[in-house]
Amino acid sequence: MPAGTLYRGREGMWSWVAHRVTGVLIFFFLFVHVLDTALVRVSPEQYDNVVATYKSPIVALLEYGLVAAILFHALNGLRVIAVDFWSKGPRYQKQMLWSVVGIWVVLMFGALYPVLGHAFREVFGS
Amino acid sequence: MSTTDTAASGIGPVEGAGDFSAYSVDNPAPFIEAPRKRTKKTPKSTRGNFEMYGWLFMRLSGIVLVVLVLGHLLIQLVLDGGVSKIGFAFVAGRWASPWWQAWDLAMLWLAMLHGSNGLRTVINDYAERAGTRLWLKGLLYTATVFTILLGTLVIFTFDPNIR
Ligand code: HEM
Repeated sequence: MPAGTLYRGREGMWSWVAHRVTGVLIFFFLFVHVLDTALVRVSPEQYDNVVATYKSPIVALLEYGLVAAILFHALNGLRVIAVDFWSKGPRYQKQMLWSVVGIWVVLMFGALYPVLGHAFREVFGS
Repeated sequence: MSTTDTAASGIGPVEGAGDFSAYSVDNPAPFIEAPRKRTKKTPKSTRGNFEMYGWLFMRLSGIVLVVLVLGHLLIQLVLDGGVSKIGFAFVAGRWASPWWQAWDLAMLWLAMLHGSNGLRTVINDYAERAGTRLWLKGLLYTATVFTILLGTLVIFTFDPNIR
């Protein structure tokens, strides 16, 4: 990468980058997710087989990442809507971004046990 | 600023400025049309408001998706033992209810259209050649129509007694 030519925006630019990256990521996951769910039309065994891989510890980590992406995109999406429709939105966009990050951290902490608990028990014994 | 400073500020003297005007009733200043004024040559219908409706749809669908998607994650990954409980039997139990069928159907359509429209924006931003844009969007729309139709079919034709 050429040195010193990267445009370093502030909170607004980086939240936009993260919103775009997470949006594209979620879309690709959704495509695969509809395909795997369609297996319920093939046979219960095939469906349960694929879902069994979703319960493995490594995929549980990926699931946690997916939750992270969706939560950020959803919360920041609400912030974008507030910036566009609330008269004071643009003025408070920075404060709203840090609120988004704060709520995201709390929710991600809360999701630790429900999403990763079973993987933790499997790897480190019950 | 008086007219005598103009040379010092780097701007040359303005013709016709000052006490004496070169323009008069017999020698009027040229008429400059307002930018983007509608003229006889402007097409009656421009491109319509498609992009505005797309912009609005992203926001309206986003608000509904917050409820549908976060509710979905809560049910599938958090409540009742999280992902461990999911299997054919769990799906059969949920889709026995029209409420959850409608939930999943709305989520499928809104998320696919929202995501597809978002990806259209991304393609427009980064694919610089017209041919590349055409192919990428063709691929995107094909995948979107396929996924929506497949998902809809699965929800409507689900058979709990397939075995
Ligand atoms: C959970 C609730 C969601 C909310 C509140 C939300 C909100 C938004 C908003 C407001 C935008 C427009 C941003 C802009 O115009 O700058 C957007 C863009 C986008 N969203 Fe979502 N969204 C949600 C879920 C999803 C889902 C499930 C997907 C994937 C299927 C998705 C994929 C995208 C993509 C690809 C973009 C385009 C990003 C860009 O142009 O930079 N979103 N979202």
